[in-house]
Amino acid sequence: MKTLNFRVILFIFALIFGVVFSIPSLTQSESGKKITLGLDLQGGLHMLLGIKSDVAIESRTKSIAASVKYLFDDEEIIFDDLRMVDGEKVTFELLDQDDVAKATALLKKEIDGTVLTQNGLKFTLQMTPEEMQRTEQNAIKQAVDTIRNRLNEFGLAEPTVAKQGEDKILVEVPGIKTQADEQRIRELIARAAHLQLMAVDEDRAARVSTMSAAEAKSYGDVILEDVNTREKYLLHQIPVLDGSMLTDAKVGFDKNNQPVINFSLNGQGAKIFGDFTAKAVGKRMAVVLDNKVYSAPVIRERIGGGHVQISGNFKLEEAHDLAIALRSGALLAPVFVMEKRSVGPSLGADSIKASSMALALGFILVILFMLLYYSMAGVIANVALIGNLFLILAIMSLFGATLTLPGMAGIVLTVGMAVDANVIINERIRELLHEGKSIPKAIEDGYDNAFTAILDANVTTLIAAVVLYAYGTGAIKGFALTMSIGILASMLTAIVGTHGIYQWLMPKMNRKRLNFWFGIKSEEGVK
Amino acid sequence: MKKPLSLMSQSKRFGMLSITVVLISLILIFTKGFNYGIDFAGGTLVQVKYEGKAPIDKVRKAISVDKNYESASVTYFGSDEEIVIRTKMSSKALGEDISDKMTHLLQDTGKFEVRRVDMVGAKVGSELREKGLMSMFLAILGILIYVSFRFEWRFAVASVMALVHDVTIAMGAVVLFGIEVNLDTLAALLTILGYSLNDTIIVFDRIREGIRMIKKPDLASIIDESVTQTLSRTTLTSLTTFFVVLTLFLFGGEIIRGFSFTLLVGIIVGTYSSIFVASPVLMWLGFDVSNFREKEAEKLKREKEKEKMRAMYESGTL
Repeated sequence: MKTLNFRVILFIFALIFGVVFSIPSLTQSESGKKITLGLDLQGGLHMLLGIKSDVAIESRTKSIAASVKYLFDDEEIIFDDLRMVDGEKVTFELLDQDDVAKATALLKKEIDGTVLTQNGLKFTLQMTPEEMQRTEQNAIKQAVDTIRNRLNEFGLAEPTVAKQGEDKILVEVPGIKTQADEQRIRELIARAAHLQLMAVDEDRAARVSTMSAAEAKSYGDVILEDVNTREKYLLHQIPVLDGSMLTDAKVGFDKNNQPVINFSLNGQGAKIFGDFTAKAVGKRMAVVLDNKVYSAPVIRERIGGGHVQISGNFKLEEAHDLAIALRSGALLAPVFVMEKRSVGPSLGADSIKASSMALALGFILVILFMLLYYSMAGVIANVALIGNLFLILAIMSLFGATLTLPGMAGIVLTVGMAVDANVIINERIRELLHEGKSIPKAIEDGYDNAFTAILDANVTTLIAAVVLYAYGTGAIKGFALTMSIGILASMLTAIVGTHGIYQWLMPKMNRKRLNFWFGIKSEEGVK
Repeated sequence: MKKPLSLMSQSKRFGMLSITVVLISLILIFTKGFNYGIDFAGGTLVQVKYEGKAPIDKVRKAISVDKNYESASVTYFGSDEEIVIRTKMSSKALGEDISDKMTHLLQDTGKFEVRRVDMVGAKVGSELREKGLMSMFLAILGILIYVSFRFEWRFAVASVMALVHDVTIAMGAVVLFGIEVNLDTLAALLTILGYSLNDTIIVFDRIREGIRMIKKPDLASIIDESVTQTLSRTTLTSLTTFFVVLTLFLFGGEIIRGFSFTLLVGIIVGTYSSIFVASPVLMWLGFDVSNFREKEAEKLKREKEKEKMRAMYESGTL
C-alpha cells in the first residue's frame, strides 16, 4: 500500500482535532472549552430593553437643582423661586444684586456642562447639548452596569447584560425554573431603586388632601403617596439628597422582628444629612423610594453618622431584592421591554430531544443512501461526513459559540449539503470511468472538474449565510453560524479528505471491481 | 453516452408552467397576504402545556373574561396537550406582563405549565421586518455579483431569475398553507436563495464546459446534452438534502415546522428551476456560443502569448 499522502494526513489531523475538541461539549465535562446551549435549548429569559432617556435628563436636571440649592445655602447667597422647567432647565431668582457675581462664578466652577443665562435678577441654568447626549449615553451604560450587578448579586448563573445598537440593552438569563421566578427577576431588573430623602413642606402640609398636583408644582412641591396606606404627603420637589450618596444597604430587623433595610451614606451625604436634620428639628423628613413614601418620621435631633433605615412592612424576599437594587445603584432612567422571549426548561429539553432525533435520523438516511448507491465511494464520503460533524462541534467549542434550535437545524442541513460535494465528485468519476479512463485518471480528473462547481455552489450558500448572520437576531444567528462552519468544514473533509483517502487506497483498486469501489453495476456497460 | 433529453424544444411548455405558478404565487401574496407571526407583526405568544388534553374551550372562555384578550387566538400546538395563545397586544412593563396575566386568567382551567412566551413590541417588529427585507435584497445582490464575476453576465441574470422564481413560489406556498411568517421563515427563504443556486451552478458549470468541449454550433443542443449529463447529480444532491429536511420536518418538533416546510418547498422548486428555468432563460437572453468561443479562444491565445514571452524572458532571448 502506498504511503500516506498529505491530504490523508491533513484529514486525520482534522479528525483528531475534531474529536479532541468536541469531547468536552459531548460529555459536558467541567473542564475545557464547551459549546453553550442557547436559551431556547436550555430554557431561560431573553429580553431586549429600551430606556427612557428623557427621564435621565430630567433626573440630571433635578440633581443640578439640588446642587444649586446646596451651594447657595452653603455660601449664604439669598435666592428664591428655584424650580425645574420642562424637565430640562433650572430657574431661580437672586434677591441681592451684590450676590450676582459671586453666584455666577460659583455655578460656573461647581456645575459642569451647563450654560447660565441672565435676565435681570432671573437666571436660567441649562445643560449643553453635549452634556445632554453624555447624560443619555451615561444612562444606558449605567443601566447596563446596574442590571448586571443586580443579576450577579441575585446569584444567577452567567447572566448576559450588554448594550445593543445605540440605545438598547440585551439581557439574557439562563436557568430560570418557574414563571414566578422569572417575574421576580424582571421586577428586580425594572426596579428604579431611586432613593430620595425629601423634606415635608410643613407650611402647607395641612392642605395636602385638597391640593392639586399643579398647585403643588407652583410652590415647587410634589405630592407623593405612602406605599401602604396611600396617605398623601406634600414634599419639597428638590430632595435633600438621593441614592447616589449611598454606600451600602443591608437587610436587618427592627424591634418587632420586621425586615427593614439599613443603609449608609458616604461622607458628603452624611454631612448634608447631618446639616439638614440639625436645621429641621421638629419637622418631618420622608424616605422616598421610586416615588413612594416609605416612612416620614419627625426629626427629633441632628442625625450624624449617615445611617438611615427604611421600614415598610416588607416581606423578607422583597427586602432582600430591594437591598440588592439599592446596593447596585439606581437606574438613572427607567427601562421597558421591547422584546421578550422566555422558554421553560422542559420545552428546551423537548427541543433538544426532537432536533437530536432529526439529526440522527437524517444522518442515518444519508449514510445508508451513500453506502447503497456508491459502495466504497459512499463509505469514504461517510467517513468525511462524520469528520465534518466533529469539526463543526470542535470549532464551535473552541469559540465558545452558542448552539440554538435553528443552529441544530443548520447542522442537520449541513449533513445533507456536505455530501453534495461527494455526490458531484463521485458522479464525475463514474462518468469518466464510463468513458473508459483508468481509475487514477478518473479520480484526478473527477476532482479537478468538480472542484469549481462545488466551490461556486458553496460560496453562494455562504453569501446567504453571512447576510443572515449580519442581519439575523438571536437564535437565527445560530443557524447562520452552524451552516457557515459546516460549509467551510466540508471543503476540508468532503473535498480534501476524500481525495486523500482515494489516493491512499488507489493501489488496491482495479477496474474488475468497479461495483465494489464505485457502486457501478457491470450491466451499465463499462468499456 | 446517454441519449440527450430534448429539453429545450419543450422549454416553452416549462416556461408557461413556471410563469403560471409564479403568477399564482404573486396573486396569493398580494391578495391573501402573509400571515405575519409576532416577530414581524408584534404581539405576544404564550405556549401552554396541560397535563392531559388541553381544555381549549375553557381556555378561550377564561381568556375572553379580560376585554383586552377578546381577539386572542387559541390553537392546539403539535399535540392536543399543548396550546398556543396569540394576541396582538404586547406590554412594556417588566413587572407583571401579559404572560403573567394569562397565567392568572388560566388558573382554574386545569394543571398546566407555561413553556414559552414570546413578546415582541410593535417597534421591534417593524424593525425586524425592515431588516428582513434588507437581508433578502443584500443576499440577492451579493449572489448576483459573485455569479457575474465567476460566469458571464447572462449566466448571472439567468441564475438570479431562477432564484427569484424559487423564492416567489416558496413564498406562495407559505401563504397558501397559512404558515406563520417569523424570523425562522425568513432564514429558510435566505437559505433557499443560497441553496437553490447550488444546482443551477452545477448545470451552468457543465454548460460552460460543454461550450468548450461539445463541437456543436447551437446552444440548445449543448444545453440538452449538459443538462442530461448532470441530471443524476442534480437530483441526487437535492435528494440527500431533501431527506434531512424531511426528517427535520417530521421529527424536529413543532417550533421549527414552518422553517422546515419552507425549506422543503424551496428544495423541490430549486431543483426544478435549475433544470427547466435557468437554462432556457440563458437561451432567451441571446447567449451567443460562437462569440463566447471566440472570446475564450482569444483569452487562451493571450495567455499562451504571455507564457511564450515569459519563456523567452527566462531563457534570456528577450
